[in-house]
Amino acid sequence: MENVARKPGTVTPAGAPKRGPLSFWERIYVVEAARGVWITTVHFCRNMWRHTLHLVGLAKDKQAAVTVQYPEELRYVPPRSRTRHRIVRREDGSPRCVGCMMCETICPARCIYIVAEEDPDPNIEKRPKRFDIDLGMCVFCGFCVEACPEDAIRMDTQMVDLAAYSRNGMILTLDQLLAGEPAAPREATNALGERVHG
Amino acid sequence: MPKLTIDGREVEVEQGTTLIEAARRLDIHIPHYCYHRGLSIAGNCRMCLVEVEGAPKMMIACHTQAADGMVVHTDNDKCREFRASILEFILVNHPLDCPVCDQAGECKLQDYYMEHGAAGSRLDEDKVKKRAKAKQIGPNIMLDTERCILCSRCVRFTDEITHTHELGITERADHSEITLADGAWLDNRYAGCVVDICPVGALTDRDFRFKCRVWYLTAVDSICTGCGRGCNIAIHVNRDRPHKAGGARVMRYKPRENPEVNQWWMCDEGRYTYKQIDHDRLTEATVEGRTATVEEALDATGAALRKAGDAVGVLVATTATNEELYLARALFAGALGGHAAYLAPPQGEADDLLILADKAPNTRGAQEILGEQAADPVAWVKEKGVKAVVVVGEAELTGLKAEVDHVAVIATHPGKATEQAHVVLPGSVHAEAEGSFTNLAGRVQRIRVAVPPIGGAVETWRLLMELGDRLGHPFDFAFEDDIFAALADQLAPFAGLSHESLGRRGAPLGSGTTQPAEVA
Ligand code: SF4
Ligand code: SF4
Ligand code: SF4
Ligand code: SF4
Ligand code: FES
Repeated sequence: MENVARKPGTVTPAGAPKRGPLSFWERIYVVEAARGVWITTVHFCRNMWRHTLHLVGLAKDKQAAVTVQYPEELRYVPPRSRTRHRIVRREDGSPRCVGCMMCETICPARCIYIVAEEDPDPNIEKRPKRFDIDLGMCVFCGFCVEACPEDAIRMDTQMVDLAAYSRNGMILTLDQLLAGEPAAPREATNALGERVHG
Repeated sequence: MPKLTIDGREVEVEQGTTLIEAARRLDIHIPHYCYHRGLSIAGNCRMCLVEVEGAPKMMIACHTQAADGMVVHTDNDKCREFRASILEFILVNHPLDCPVCDQAGECKLQDYYMEHGAAGSRLDEDKVKKRAKAKQIGPNIMLDTERCILCSRCVRFTDEITHTHELGITERADHSEITLADGAWLDNRYAGCVVDICPVGALTDRDFRFKCRVWYLTAVDSICTGCGRGCNIAIHVNRDRPHKAGGARVMRYKPRENPEVNQWWMCDEGRYTYKQIDHDRLTEATVEGRTATVEEALDATGAALRKAGDAVGVLVATTATNEELYLARALFAGALGGHAAYLAPPQGEADDLLILADKAPNTRGAQEILGEQAADPVAWVKEKGVKAVVVVGEAELTGLKAEVDHVAVIATHPGKATEQAHVVLPGSVHAEAEGSFTNLAGRVQRIRVAVPPIGGAVETWRLLMELGDRLGHPFDFAFEDDIFAALADQLAPFAGLSHESLGRRGAPLGSGTTQPAEVA
C-alpha cells in the first residue's frame, strides 16, 4: 500500500477499484465485510511489525504508516507555496522595506498595517515604524510580494502551521516578520512526496 | 482678436493669449511642468512643445502667443515623439525614488511618463548625483535636489509672489540644483505653497511626509478657517485606514484655485490649522461637570431656557456658519423674543498678500445675520437682562457664570468658554457639517462634510434645532441647504443665493439678485 503511486493532482490513488453497480457478492455484504477486516488486519500487522523494527533501529527506510506523524514529521510544502511572510533584512540587519505601502495598498484583505517614519540616513529616507500583518485576515494571495518594489516582503518561510489563542495573537509585528528566515531547500521526499524531518 | 485652429477646432482668443491657454479653452490639456498660471513664464522645461504649421520647429505652447490663422497640433505623432524625448531627457538623472517619494501618486513625472514616455532607460553612464537628498530647507519643507527637474516654479514663487527670494538655482548644466540663498531659510508665511506647485517630489511637506499615501486620501472642498480671507481649500481626509498618523482623520489642506479669493495660494498658518479638527476635541456632553448624554444636556438647557422665558440670549462666535448663525437668530431673537449677538473675533497680524487681521472665517456673516456684536459678553448679559444664555463657539467669558442662572456652551474644544458652562454640548467643526461662510470681502462660500462629527459630537446646527424642539419652536429643516434657503429668504444680502448656486467658488453677497449665479 505504501508504494501506491499518487499522481499529482489526483484524489483517488491509481489502482483503486472502479465504482460501478454492486455485484451479487458485494450486495450480500458479508464477504465484503470480511475482506475489509482482512485489509485492516494486514495494515495493522505490517505497521506494528515495522514500528517495532524502527524501535530497535532496523528498516528505517521503510515507512511505517501513511499517516504523517505531525509534528515530528512535517508534510512536504512545495517551494513555491505562499507561506508565512517575512521581511527581508539588509546586510546591517535593518529592514529592506522602505514603507512605500504598495503591499498595504494592493492587499485585498486589508490586513497589512504600515506606519512609516523618517530614516536618519537621507539616502534611505523612509522606513517602517510599524509593520503588522494580520494573518487571521490574510488570504495568502501573495499580491504583497508581487507589489513590493524592493523585494522586501517574501512568503518563503514554508511555515504553514499558524495558530494563536486569540485574534490579536494572529497579528505579526515587524520584529516577528524580520525574524523569519527562508526555509532551507527541501531535498529528500518519500514516495508520497512527503519529507521527513530529522 | 486672433482666431486659430487647435487640433482641428477653431477658437477665438484675446490678443496675447498663449497657445496653452487657448487650448485650455477647448479643454485640451497640453503637458507642461514649468508653466503655472500664477507665475511668470519661464519656458525652460520644453514639455509643452506643439507643432505650429508653417513654423520651422516645434514651439513651446506656454510662451507662444496665438496669432490669427495659426494651425496648431498638440497631439499628432510628432508632438508625441517630442514629448517622449523631452521626458526621457528630464528623466536622465532622475532617481528611482517613487517608493519612498511622497509625491508618488500626484507626480507629473509619473503621470506623463505613463501617458507619453514609458520607454526603458538608454543611459549607460552613471547618474549625476546631486548634493542634497532629503535636506531640510525650512521649518516645513524638505528638498531633494535629485528629484528636481529644475522647472524653477519654486524660485519664481519666492521671487514673484512672496518677494522673499530664498531660493535660487546654482551650478551649471546637469549639476544645476535648487539652493537656499546664503543664510536664507524657507520660512516665509506661504512657504508651503512651493510644495503644492512643485510638479515632482523635490519639495515635500515635512508635516505630511510619510503619514500616508496620497491615493488613500479623499479631497473635499472647503474653506480655510484661519482668517477672514476664506481661502478655498480641499480637505484631504483618510477615511479607510485609521492606523495612519495616530488615527488622525484629516491629513492635510491643499489650496484650491479661486481667482476671486486666494488665486492658487494659502498661508502656512491656515494650512496647518487642520490639526485642530482631530486634536483635543470635546466628544461628550457634560451637565454641571458630569458626563451626560447629549439628550440629557439638551433637556437641562431646554428646561433652563424655558424657565427664563424671554430673558434668554445667544452669543455666537464668528467661527459659526451662516446656517448656525441664522438658526441662533431665528430661535433666540425671533421665536423666543430674546437676544442674539456675535462675539468679537480674535485679532492677529495681517499682510499684503492673503492674511487678514480678523482670525475668524465668518465675521462678515455674523455682521449680516446677527448685526450686533457683544464686545464684552458679561456686560452684554447684564445690559440685556439675560438669565439663561447659550454660547456657540469659543470665547473669553470670565465671570459669566456668576451673572446668569444658566450657561450652555456648544463647543468643539475645551477652552475658556467651557470653563464657564453649566452645560457643555459637543458641536461640530467646519469639516463636519455642510454650511457656508461669508468672508470679509462679502463672498459667500460653501463648506462641505469631510468627516462625520467626532465621537459623540453632533452637528452644531442639529443641536440648535434640537433646542428649538425643546422650547416649543421646532424647525422643519431636513438639511443644511434648507436652512440656507430660509436665510436667503429673510435676509436681503443673501437673497437669490442657494447652496447650489454658490457652487465651488462661492458668490458675493447681493449677487443673487443682480446677476445670474455663477455655476462652477
Ligand atoms: S498574501 Fe495577500 S492577503 Fe495576505 S498580506 Fe499579502 S496581499 Fe494581503
Ligand atoms: S511593498 Fe515592500 S517596501 Fe513597500 S511597504 Fe511593502 S514590504 Fe515595504
Ligand atoms: S518625483 Fe515623481 S517620478 Fe520622481 S521619485 Fe518622486 S514620484 Fe517618482
Ligand atoms: S524644486 Fe520643484 S518647483 Fe523647484 S525647480 Fe525643482 S522641480 Fe521645480
Ligand atoms: S511648460 Fe512650456 S516650456 Fe515648460
